[in-house]
Amino acid sequence: MSIDHSLADITPLVSEGKEHIPVADAKRGDLVQVHKIVLEPDQRSDNLPSCTKSVPYECWIKGFLIDEDADMGDEVRIQTFIGREISGVLCQVNPIYDHNFGEPQKELLSIDNEVRRQLERT
Amino acid sequence: MDMSYSAVMSRKKDILRRATGIDYDRFEISPLAFDYEGLMNSCEYSLEDVQRILEETGVGKTPLVELENLTELVRSISSPGRGGRIFVKDEAANPSGSFKDRRAALSVFHAKKLGYKGVVAASSGNYGAAVASQAAKRGLRAIILQEVYDSRKVGQPEILEKTRACEAYGAEVWQLTVGPELFYIMLRVLEETEFFSASLYVPTSVRGIETLGYELAQQVFQREGRFPDVVMITHAGGGNVTGTARGLKKAGSYNTIAVGVSVDLQGLHMASDIDFNRKSFTTGHTGFGIPFLTWPDRTDVPRNCARGLRYLDRYLSVTQGEVFYTTELLAKLEGIERGPAGNTSLAGAISLARELEKDQILVVQETEYTAAGKLPSSQLTFAKENGIEVRRGDPKENVPGKAIVIPEGVDQIQIEDIDMEKIRHSYIERSMKMTEGYVPTYEDIQFLAEDSKSSVDYVQETISSLKVKTAELA
Repeated sequence: MSIDHSLADITPLVSEGKEHIPVADAKRGDLVQVHKIVLEPDQRSDNLPSCTKSVPYECWIKGFLIDEDADMGDEVRIQTFIGREISGVLCQVNPIYDHNFGEPQKELLSIDNEVRRQLERT
Repeated sequence: MDMSYSAVMSRKKDILRRATGIDYDRFEISPLAFDYEGLMNSCEYSLEDVQRILEETGVGKTPLVELENLTELVRSISSPGRGGRIFVKDEAANPSGSFKDRRAALSVFHAKKLGYKGVVAASSGNYGAAVASQAAKRGLRAIILQEVYDSRKVGQPEILEKTRACEAYGAEVWQLTVGPELFYIMLRVLEETEFFSASLYVPTSVRGIETLGYELAQQVFQREGRFPDVVMITHAGGGNVTGTARGLKKAGSYNTIAVGVSVDLQGLHMASDIDFNRKSFTTGHTGFGIPFLTWPDRTDVPRNCARGLRYLDRYLSVTQGEVFYTTELLAKLEGIERGPAGNTSLAGAISLARELEKDQILVVQETEYTAAGKLPSSQLTFAKENGIEVRRGDPKENVPGKAIVIPEGVDQIQIEDIDMEKIRHSYIERSMKMTEGYVPTYEDIQFLAEDSKSSVDYVQETISSLKVKTAELA
């Protein structure tokens, strides 16, 4: 989830005659996620299925931005959760966990009644 | 330093020796045989030591629960006098929610004792969270490497939940795309950080699970005055089976039948970018289970302490649909809501209990915690999004990667036996291939017999049939 700094946010500065200073996507200390390509396809292991061999081997790591500020797509340095410094391409600011409980499944919903009726019959 | 794939892999022996504190060469007897018990005891902890270490961080001593409603349901579809008593060991009660805490607790303790400042684990599953949790407790840093995403950056929900858990415990997590190059990353990280390799296959990782087998044997004995008849153990890499079986024996439970259970994912390729998100189970399945029986030493360390073939009496498969159905039964009939992956052997138990007599005792030795990403609804939603058909029907119609068929009734849950004889044969054949040119001695044959839970005669016959020359046998 990136931070949207549209022009509307900084209109007051412009209308007061001040110089338009764009706000970066992330600043030092922000929680961010970076992306790295660890191995290009031709650097990968042998004996891989072609669908795997034909794509790069990639990685994502979270940490706190070390650089003063940065925009999405910039090569940045971060401090990981255990205090190590790692570099990568900024791809998310304040990344959320979006895995969820899923949708109710009709294929499961009737199981409860079915087995209770079965137990009642015994 | 050359950080290319081949260069780092060529340094693996030195990296691992430093990262495990184990000189594996010391235990080699021949190109075939090694001193297994010597390696297992090289960490120098007695069972009592291990129990005490686990207790320090709140691991173990989990409840043993009899599933009376489920047993009654199974009896209602069994022949008269059949339908054994089903018990479950609620391992979800461990700090990070699974039996993996027993593996991590001992390994992390050992790492700290040896002076390491941190631990590294390659795990997309509960083991990563367990290592992160134990590292937090012991004041070590943790780096967890996970295979999470396919090349579309679509993440398996269960693994995304594991990322969240590891980060909640303060670990640095690397989320990687599909590929066996995870091992190369592991080596690089170990080399750079000089942390301990909390491998699943080192002695401490397997010996921690002995407490599980020991505990459940004692709990059953205390309640029922005898040991369990059957213990059902979800099988992937072999550590769960090995540790549990060893623990049962250490408790005096020599006649308990150790049954391994895996989810059937045959036909899917474990290194395929496409197949990765076409399955609903990331471990406890045949994609690991069979290869790790036929060639245990395929691991991140030279000799694997998890040797399932040494301990398994029987090996079964269940389908994905049967495990989801079982997960529903556990919640609705027993009021126990647990993650589906931890119910693989429970699904097997529902079927196998029908073979047992009513007073026989069957223990399912694990459960796992449940959370977002780790429910049947998360996994089935994800499956449908990835083009998998989901429907009710005969579980025989399950096709890994194509269709998940959820049983219409408990009577349709049916274990399939995986041919242990074929696996033993494969293991011996593989051993011969890996040592081509070497002439096996009698000691080697004895080792192979122990390692495959067979006999010297069987091994000799198999080797002869493979037309491999052996030394003059006494």
